[in-house]
Amino acid sequence: MGMTMGEKILARASGKDLVKPGEIITAKVDLCMSNDGTTHLNIDIFENQLKAEKVFDPKKVIFIVDHNVPSESAKTAQVHKKMRIFAQKHDIPFYEGTGVCHQIMIEDFVVPGQLVIAADSHTCSYGGLGAFGTGVGCTDFTSVMHTGEIWLMVPETLKFEIEGSFKAGVYARDLILKIIGDIGANGANYRIMEFGGPAVKKFTVDDRVVLCNMAVEAGAKTGLVEPDQIAIDYAKARGRHDMNLFTSDEDAVYEKTYQYNLDELEPMIAIPHCVDDVVGVTQIGEVKIDQGFIGSCNNGRIEELRAAAQILQGKKIDPYVKLLISPASKAVFLEALAEGLIDIFVESGAMVLNPNCSVCWGSCQGVIGEGETLISTGTRNFKGRAGHPNSSVYLASAATVAASALTGKITDPRGFVV
Amino acid sequence: MIKGKVWKFGNDVDTDQIIPSQYLLLPNVEEMKQYTFEPLDENFASTVCPGDIIVGGENFGSGSSREQAPLVLKALGISAVVAKSFARIFFRNAINIGLPVVICKEVYDAVEQKDTLEIDVLKGTIKNVTKDRNFTSTKLPAHVMNILEAGGLIGFLNKK
Repeated sequence: MGMTMGEKILARASGKDLVKPGEIITAKVDLCMSNDGTTHLNIDIFENQLKAEKVFDPKKVIFIVDHNVPSESAKTAQVHKKMRIFAQKHDIPFYEGTGVCHQIMIEDFVVPGQLVIAADSHTCSYGGLGAFGTGVGCTDFTSVMHTGEIWLMVPETLKFEIEGSFKAGVYARDLILKIIGDIGANGANYRIMEFGGPAVKKFTVDDRVVLCNMAVEAGAKTGLVEPDQIAIDYAKARGRHDMNLFTSDEDAVYEKTYQYNLDELEPMIAIPHCVDDVVGVTQIGEVKIDQGFIGSCNNGRIEELRAAAQILQGKKIDPYVKLLISPASKAVFLEALAEGLIDIFVESGAMVLNPNCSVCWGSCQGVIGEGETLISTGTRNFKGRAGHPNSSVYLASAATVAASALTGKITDPRGFVV
Repeated sequence: MIKGKVWKFGNDVDTDQIIPSQYLLLPNVEEMKQYTFEPLDENFASTVCPGDIIVGGENFGSGSSREQAPLVLKALGISAVVAKSFARIFFRNAINIGLPVVICKEVYDAVEQKDTLEIDVLKGTIKNVTKDRNFTSTKLPAHVMNILEAGGLIGFLNKK
């Protein structure tokens, strides 16, 4: 019996020829990463509870300050200082204010075939490069940082076969919202979501990451796309050549297979307060907005910024709406500057922010007030996620957010794109 | 044996409801715990008693990987969380900090706010003492039970 690519990555990481769903393995971790959302607790556990002195491998432990940066309070500044001092002491890679952690990991570290553990739920993003990334809490993370190992249960795999091609104004973001709406917020609980089919084979790494990043919103342990020349070229262009190209066997066993055709897909919106409450933009009715946000580990890359710029070019946003745009990393920011996208955003009336988690994290920049409505390319629309407990978050593509910022209400972007 | 009074919540209780983002960077859990469940019940933290039990529906603890979610529950003295199903990261985190998490499909519809439950995690049994009804829960794999019995992953690693 064959294995899925996820099973193969876990087999390699645990030194086995074969693993099966339900089996508990001890796996060696290729990389681990933690951000300022929890690292202060990790350091406390590492130093005071484990009484550890060294990280397992300083080249494989990465600290990234991306959640509350620049710091909005003295207490946050103290947390960042604690991370900085630890990183210096242990001589581990440290990033502060240069991007959302997952985008930095994809740009600078991840290669196909790796097992990556990080103290953040959206670690599943790395499946866009054919790596098995999964999020853990601070105790698990600290244990990994110290030992380089983790126990994992091998999950079942769900397969998503995608065919067709996007119509103008429809994006990978709409596809993943549609899938989560269909299978539900725990539709893939404890499972791998493997995305494939003729359409995904043509996707850029950015679009593959969009799919895998939100696998956790359906409860999945990770999302994966088989690595191919597109993934290899991405890693090699950034100087990374050692990789393992795991693909699923013909006779691999999937718990279930789902089929999607992009020709039939329209722009999708997740309505408050759950990510699986998803409707087509044409069914949304009139929803006035107070703020738009484009950014996050899901949707703040160059392709999304281009889609937004195409809509905003030469136009002004509604005078009573704020539009906040945060490129996902320094590299994305520089690319957007070189392409003139930032000029378009600023001219349209948008506020361009430093690369960070920003509004998606809901405690640093662009927090919304009581009764306010946000339309966002972020990862979650939970109650109070973007600020006041009595506020509303709608999730949509960058194009839909841009179109909505122009009109002041949730708007179908297809009327704005050519 | 765990025994306590029930606080009942619905499906898809996410980690932003358990402890909102804006409190996560407070220096420690003692400062965070007063905000537990603030979006759902702002009086929760001031009225919960040590030993109380949380009962949830499907997908309890969905969303972020913040270990602060089970940590604030434990800091307030919650003795166990029983749910129809758990989101996987919350489930791992709870085990790792020594907070018992119990999967049981049936008990949810047969329990009301303030009922008293008795839970035996090892045996996989739950009794609604108030209503005198018995249920079975999913037993944890041996490896996971060992971590829980050591009081969490740190205790487990330090014992090794």
